[in-house]
Order: sequence, then C-alpha cells, then structure tokens
Amino acid sequence: MNRYYQPEIECASQEQIRAWQSERLVAQVKNVWDNVPMYRERMEKAGVTPDDIKSVDDLKKLPFVTKDDLRDAYPYGLLARPLSECVRIQSTSGTTGRRVVAFYTQHDLDLWEDCCARAIVAAGGTNEDVCHISYGYGLFTGGPGLNGGSHKVGCLTLPMSSGNTERQIQFMIDLGSTIICCTPSYAAYLAESIIERGDRDKIKLKAGIFGAEAWTEEMRHDVEQKLGIKAYDIYGLTEISGPGVSFECSEQTGMHVNEDHFIAEVINPVTGEVLPDGEKGELVFTSITKEAFPLIRYRTRDICILSHKKCSCGRTHVKMTKPLGRSDDMLIVKGVNVFPSQIETVLLNKGYPANYQIIVDRVNNSDTIEVQVEMTQEMFSDSLSEVAAREKELVDGLKSMLGIYAKVKLVNPKFITRSEGKAVRVIDKRNLYKQ
Amino acid sequence: MAVKQISVFLENKPGRLAIFTDVLKDNDINLRALSIAEASDFGIVRFIVNDVYNAATVLRDAGYIISVTDVLALEMPDKPGAMADLVRTLGDAGMNLEYLYAFTATKAGSAYMIIKVNDVKKASEILNKNGIRQVDQETLKDI
Repeated sequence: MNRYYQPEIECASQEQIRAWQSERLVAQVKNVWDNVPMYRERMEKAGVTPDDIKSVDDLKKLPFVTKDDLRDAYPYGLLARPLSECVRIQSTSGTTGRRVVAFYTQHDLDLWEDCCARAIVAAGGTNEDVCHISYGYGLFTGGPGLNGGSHKVGCLTLPMSSGNTERQIQFMIDLGSTIICCTPSYAAYLAESIIERGDRDKIKLKAGIFGAEAWTEEMRHDVEQKLGIKAYDIYGLTEISGPGVSFECSEQTGMHVNEDHFIAEVINPVTGEVLPDGEKGELVFTSITKEAFPLIRYRTRDICILSHKKCSCGRTHVKMTKPLGRSDDMLIVKGVNVFPSQIETVLLNKGYPANYQIIVDRVNNSDTIEVQVEMTQEMFSDSLSEVAAREKELVDGLKSMLGIYAKVKLVNPKFITRSEGKAVRVIDKRNLYKQ
Repeated sequence: MAVKQISVFLENKPGRLAIFTDVLKDNDINLRALSIAEASDFGIVRFIVNDVYNAATVLRDAGYIISVTDVLALEMPDKPGAMADLVRTLGDAGMNLEYLYAFTATKAGSAYMIIKVNDVKKASEILNKNGIRQVDQETLKDI
C-alpha cells in the first residue's frame, strides 16, 4: 500500500520545502504586483516592492489580506489571470456577509485535487477503495475537492452529495464503500442511523475524512467506535482553495499543511507579529502556486498552533492543530485566551440569554474580567441567597470554561444595549496596544 | 392567609432606586411596606401594595424583573416587647424565618410584621395555634 500520494514532496526535507517556498513566493509576489492593483497599492503603501522579497523570510514584510478585502473586491477585484484562463468558480456560503467567490484555472484545480489526494492516501486510500463523498456538491468546495482527489488516487468515486440518509446507507452497503468523506456531524448522524437499522455488520468502511466544521476528540472516538473506522480531520477554506489545505495522517495529532502550495504563519491577531512554533495565534496563509486567485498573507481568523516536530508518518510538512477558536473577538486576559463564544456557551447552558457584556480592565497591573449578565424572570427570586447562589454557579461555570476567575455582575435587562448593528460585547479598558 | 409581596431586582448603582420609585409614583402605586436586601452588586426590593396585579403589570411593562411571593402579615400590639414575644413564639414552634420586616400603620395600637417562611401553610397553622393574628391583603389596604 502506498503511504504517500507524492512522497518526493510530502517527505522532502524542510530545507527543500523552504527552497520551494522562497522561489515560489518571489514569483507570486511579482505576479500579484503586476496583475492585481489592490496588492500593488497595498505594497506601495507599506513601502515594499517585489525586489524586497527574496525568500520566505521576507514574507513578514508584506501586508495582510482580510475577508473584508475579499468582499470589497467581489467579484473580480483580486483576479490575477484573465477570465478566459479560468475554468471554475467556487464560493463561500456568505452567511457572515457578502459572498466570496474564488476562481480556478485548470492548474489551480489540479493542485487542489492533488492536496485532496494526499489526504485520501494519508487516510489509507488506494485505487482499491470505494470513496463515498457525502459533502455537498456545487458552489461549496467540499464535494468537488474530494471528488477530484478521489479520482486522482484512483478510487471508485461515489459522488453522493449530502442528504437522503437511507440512500446513502443503501449505497454504502450495496457498493461496499470503504472511505467516507463528509462533515463530522453528518458522520455522527450516519453512524446513529446505521446502528439503528442494524446494518453495522453490512458496511465495509475503514476510514472517514471529516472536515468543514469544528469537532472534538470525543466526537472522533465516538464515530470511530460506532463505525469501526479511523477518523481523519481535513482543513481548508474556499479562499485558499478548499479542503486539503491541510490534512491528518495516521498519527492523528494535527494536520500537515501542504507547504509546497501554501505557506502557513501564526500571528498575534492584535499586533500582527509572527509567532514561533508552539504559540497559539491566528493562522495566515499565502498561496504561492495558485494562478487565478492567489492570496498573500490571508488572515483566516482561525486560531491554531503550528509544529515542525518530526512526525511518525514520515511527512515533513508543518502540522497545525485543529482550529482552537476564532480570533475575531479573542481577548487575552491574565495571559489566557478568552473568546466571547466560550462565555456565551456557559450562559446558555445555565439558562441565561446570550445577552452579555465583557469588561476587561487592568487594576494594579493585574487584568480583571467582568461579565455582565442580564437577570431573567426565571432566574430571579425574592431570596437573596438564591440569587447569590445562581451568581456563584455562573462564576464556577466560567472558571471551568476559561480557566480564570471572571467576576459576574447581574444587571437589569435592556441595560446591555441591543443596538441595531452588532452588539458591543467586549469593552477593553486596558488600551494595551495603543502607542 | 398569605399576602402577596412583590420583589424587584435592582442593580446597585446610584440613581437606580430613584428611577424605580419614580415608576411607582407615575403610576400612583402606594406602598404599604417596603424593605431592601442588598448584595455587593445588586439589591432586592421587597414590598407590599394594595393592588398587586396592577403594580406587577406596571413594573413588568417598565422592564423590571420581578417575582410575586406569598408571605405572611402578622399583627401585634404596638408596644415594647411585642416583637420579642412574637419572635420567641415562632422560634419555640420551630419556625425558621427567611427574612422579615416590620412597620406600623395609622391604626392606633397595632404594629405589623411581614415574614417569609418556606412553608406558608404550616406556618399559618402554627400562628393560629399560638393566637397570633394574621392580616390578609384586603385588611392591609385599610390599616
């Protein structure tokens, strides 16, 4: 069985990978300077020209690109090739604003599918396998990406798309699917349905490649046990190509970034400073081989940690952890990363509405965090001790979620402004990064 | 013979109580009795009014978090030692008071005490047995 799809690339020395990256980065920067006005403007503003970029070490000189930039450039603003050379469009769901459309030349599709093929082989896939793809097909990158990768590996490819679970299971049984690609939540649902039908013994699945949403180790063990498979994580984003930007190997301790195509950096989301291996920060990607829609230092808003430690699978490409959260509204309090979403989870679990305000301050050189929570009819009582006990319950819940003490302040409803736009959830009075 | 008490959640901030009492004033709500229990960041204002339904509606409409609780209103002689006697009687009967507040009214010779207990029915029986007079909501209006 082949352990790698492209062993000469996947197991190249880290020096070799850096050499590839340097060469490709230099060419890519020149490409965007020549062909995409936004990049040239940004670089000029930052006082950088393509001549300043001689190796991957110079990457940090280049300005970042954000999702807002992509939305502003909709649809053609960041295109680096004429449309006549483009053969495909994929798009994000656009749930958080205007859609982002990504363009692909045939070359771009090939490299994307190569990346997906690497992921499938890492999960044990060969041309003997039946690859059952239950990701959605269409503008969403999940189905098309893994479909292409599966073809490249030579698997018998079942383009099931999502939905119609009965039919999915019937095909799985009748055609002997061995690898399933879908979202982890759908995998969990499929597992339940298969067991309910009493069909556990009739399926031949050996591996699952699950991505496009957050999932926990508990979920992995649960699905692995229920389906009798090994479950592998896969990461990607439409802006960079789609699934397969990074993928898990047999070690299941992080995802190898396909570094010959994508340079990964982790930065401090507030200062933009590049962080070393092992430090948690925002993941930033530069696509160095893409033609139609190359992105330089694209801020993913995903928080993760990179590691260059030697991997037992033999692959040498840097590994990233699963996304550990989002940087959009991350706070660092007493050295601990705090996400408003974590606080929201605690409130909802305890029966409070998700209407809250977080106030961070620094008193005597020590950070303080206060969570203001709206009192509800259900939570209120005429007894002071009962209300105090509920307050304490919240403090304990926050402590176990965040790892630090957060003061809870119960407030009158409507005190926390429900503005027409986005509610102001965080007030940071520390002014830490003001010059 | 329980009496309805209204409790209101208030943040412990300058001016909050004034805003709250303005709501009572603007809606012509007359208080029979009131007490405030406070924690560090918030307080609970507990009070008795003539028209519970009206006051509760007005306050909810004004955005307050409230709760309506059954409490007992006891009448005692308005003289030194009356409260001591009453409280001892309750203690001897094994009754635990969660909180209480006392007041006098225009009716000469009488004083009143609002008590919160966990078992209103049982407490009421004990009071009757010990000859302590309870006052109902209607009577409270006229005292």
